[in-house]
Amino acid sequence: MISRRIVICAIFLCGTSAALAQSPTYAITPELEDAAKREGKLVYYTSIEVKVAEELAKAFEKRYPGIDVVVERNGAERQFSKIGQEYSSKIYNVDVVNSSDAAHFIFWKREGWLAAALPEEVAKRYPAGTFDPEGYYAAMRSSLSVMAYNTTLVPAAEAPKSFSELLEPKWRGKLVKAHPGYSGTILTATFQMARDLGWEYFEKLATQQVMQTQSSTDPPRKVIAGERPVMVDGNEYNVFLEKERGAPIEVIYPSEGTPLVVGPTGVMKNARNPNAARLFHAWSFTLEAQQVAVEKGGLRSFHPDIVEPKGRKPLAEIKLMKDDPVAVDKQVEDIKRRYVRYFKT
Amino acid sequence: MTLTPAQTSGYLADKRTSSGFDLSAGVLGAVGLFLAGLIGLPLAWLAAFAFTNRQGALTLANFVDLIDDPDLFEPLLTTFNLAGLVAFFAALSAAPLAWLVARTDLPGRRAIRSLVTASFVTPPFLGAISWEILAAPNSGILNRLWREASGSNEALFNIYSFSGLVFVIACYTAPYVFVVLTNALDRIPADLEDAAGILGASRWRIVSSVTLPLVLPALLAGALVAFLQAMTLFGSPAILAIPAGFHTITTKIYALFQFPPKPEIAAAAALPLLLVTMLLLFLQGRILGRRGYAVVGGKAGDVRLLSLGAWRWPLFAVVMLVLALPLFLPYGALLKAAVSRVPAGPFDLANLTLHHVNFVFLDFSQTRRAFANTFILALATASAGTLLALFIAYMVARQGGFGGKLLEALASAPLAIPGIVLGVGLFLAYTRGPIVLYGTLWILFFAFLTIELPAAYQQMRAAFRGLHPELEEASRILGATRLVTLRRITAPLLKSGVIAGWCLIFIGVVRELSAAVILSSQNTKVLSVVIFDLNESGDLGAIAVIGVTMLLLTFAIIGFANWISGVGAEPRRAVS
Repeated sequence: MISRRIVICAIFLCGTSAALAQSPTYAITPELEDAAKREGKLVYYTSIEVKVAEELAKAFEKRYPGIDVVVERNGAERQFSKIGQEYSSKIYNVDVVNSSDAAHFIFWKREGWLAAALPEEVAKRYPAGTFDPEGYYAAMRSSLSVMAYNTTLVPAAEAPKSFSELLEPKWRGKLVKAHPGYSGTILTATFQMARDLGWEYFEKLATQQVMQTQSSTDPPRKVIAGERPVMVDGNEYNVFLEKERGAPIEVIYPSEGTPLVVGPTGVMKNARNPNAARLFHAWSFTLEAQQVAVEKGGLRSFHPDIVEPKGRKPLAEIKLMKDDPVAVDKQVEDIKRRYVRYFKT
Repeated sequence: MTLTPAQTSGYLADKRTSSGFDLSAGVLGAVGLFLAGLIGLPLAWLAAFAFTNRQGALTLANFVDLIDDPDLFEPLLTTFNLAGLVAFFAALSAAPLAWLVARTDLPGRRAIRSLVTASFVTPPFLGAISWEILAAPNSGILNRLWREASGSNEALFNIYSFSGLVFVIACYTAPYVFVVLTNALDRIPADLEDAAGILGASRWRIVSSVTLPLVLPALLAGALVAFLQAMTLFGSPAILAIPAGFHTITTKIYALFQFPPKPEIAAAAALPLLLVTMLLLFLQGRILGRRGYAVVGGKAGDVRLLSLGAWRWPLFAVVMLVLALPLFLPYGALLKAAVSRVPAGPFDLANLTLHHVNFVFLDFSQTRRAFANTFILALATASAGTLLALFIAYMVARQGGFGGKLLEALASAPLAIPGIVLGVGLFLAYTRGPIVLYGTLWILFFAFLTIELPAAYQQMRAAFRGLHPELEEASRILGATRLVTLRRITAPLLKSGVIAGWCLIFIGVVRELSAAVILSSQNTKVLSVVIFDLNESGDLGAIAVIGVTMLLLTFAIIGFANWISGVGAEPRRAVS
């Protein structure tokens, strides 16, 4: 048993140590695949909607039979707490982590919890700025936090077109939004909106009797159910998927700009299944995986060859708010505190 | 427990305050130590956090923060308010129901008992989610029907409100009161009531001046449990209070554990709950302590049912209406959501789908493991917890003394600790040496055992209290050894209580969310946590499928346990 382990370690070291020493970039090699198969599984913590996460896991398991992906889906902020809780107790459950709150990766990198592992495909093909040059994380997906409305309750002509319109009396009691204390997407969106529109915007919005949900996947569901006709924020991808399934919902890209939420992935330094983790990490950036994320998950991809399904407005044509995870990382507590003060929850 | 007749000399003199040399101090000490460790370790960690600052120096600053910060103080007041109202309404609705079922000739009494058990089995968070489907102000089924029927634009009910929360929690706490009360009512012999009747009292006079005072301790005990349940509940407030825009102390404590966690403030926030609980338990003891309530003696007559006459069927209809609130309506909503595209959508074929069923049983990787974990934990905790509670109750009821008092205090202490706080205490205790249990089912087992112990102990204590020692004494006088007496007299009489206690723990484990949400990890997820996660992202269809399956399994197991208890016992003792 022990000798077998040593052999496995030796194979792994021969295969990858030389590459790792110089640069964080690595490719999917047969050696990596073999080592990953011997580990046989990996634990994937993610804040992607659970059905999309399961789709990705299934696609990977099909591509690499014999390696199980254990999906642990939590809201980004709960996931952040969980990893913090586990790591401060020296429990290293998670192998690969994906979060809709890019600021988490700045924290984890600073704490030294991430491994430098940059898939070759990312280094060569992805636009600069979508990955950490030192290789600790890369944008596996992005999504927008959009406004949306129920098409049976609100005629298209009367649908709001901007964030500022939502402050009008006619939308009082008609709005639903998610909570930055639970959702990474909303934390990021709240930061961008507060920066571009000012905190006064939220102070006024809070007087509109807004219904609060926790996750950013929930507002689209509340809009479709007709609980509230308009959502202030929430995942674009849920709106896409529900709409394509025939639900009465339509997306709105507000005229002030739409918050862009980048969701990076990283490999943990103390991963128990380091090879399977690296294999999954690299695979998740391939066109194959990205296409699954886009088609089945309604997500946005930075892969240059991606084919966007019909009926979705291409990212290039949407006015976006600027992403700034470094600032989010610094202001997290302040954002949450101010939000609670205005919305009382 | 090896005993010699000589050891029982003091026993016959007084059932409560016997001399201390009876049972071997060793066993008492061992159980005491185990309990002290089980409960003390997580509490010690919490205390350490509540009274120190980040640097480890002693401080009261955390409590000052608690009082100073309106974000923290308001939830505390809200919580006490909530718990008081819940206890009041739970007692108000459960007391008449229990009396009707146990002491009158109401039609379908046994069926009603089973139905109340069903509402007891329903986890409060599942009830809260079902009521969201029913009574969300705009999309809720009831509100939609109301609008169609009345032409009004207003909602009939808004479940996202303080009163909505009180209502939902009371729905699922009232069964506690009901179970405690029916058990007590079942045990009151008719001879006392007959005596009053012979002396010329009217039916209602008998109820008010004989029956009611006799069950008053049970009513108080039930209301107290309801209060404590409501105070420490986490799931329902998390589901309903956040959309409504307010916090209870448990949701606030949960928020304080979000990263970066502030366990010191959370620990401080838990202390008022601990103090209030201790005060209530003390008051209960003062009120009840001086009265003797042992009513099942060797001479007991039969229970006589009061005839309702013309009121039978109207009252039956009222009872059914009451049961619609925790049962028929929510279950209808869940079944509908399980097979609907839009959970609260219209009742038509276009809205019908098997998508959620397929997702839960085929695609969702957590389903099978969560089911296995939940039921393994429930069986293990129920069995171990019953034995432990039985032992403690026996020691306290038949031994008393200082050791017994201490055991009783230890067994009741977890009542005062919100599950979420206990969860954090356990996390702190068992994630660092020497015992590392996080990531295993053991940590959940200990958490559930601790949380369920008080209820199980109360159940066993009630069983022992209602059982007059004269039966055991008779057996002893006739020459049976204490062990034989235990086996042939005490055990059979306690059987229904023991099975009830087992079921109580089993159901409690399936319902538990607040500690599980902190302690479970990806291999040890239980159903409640899976449902909570799915609710966070609004996946009502999948929740409905899992919830309904979980309830069916629970009913099957509870039914089986009751069937076992029914074999060889007279039907009147069947546990409800």
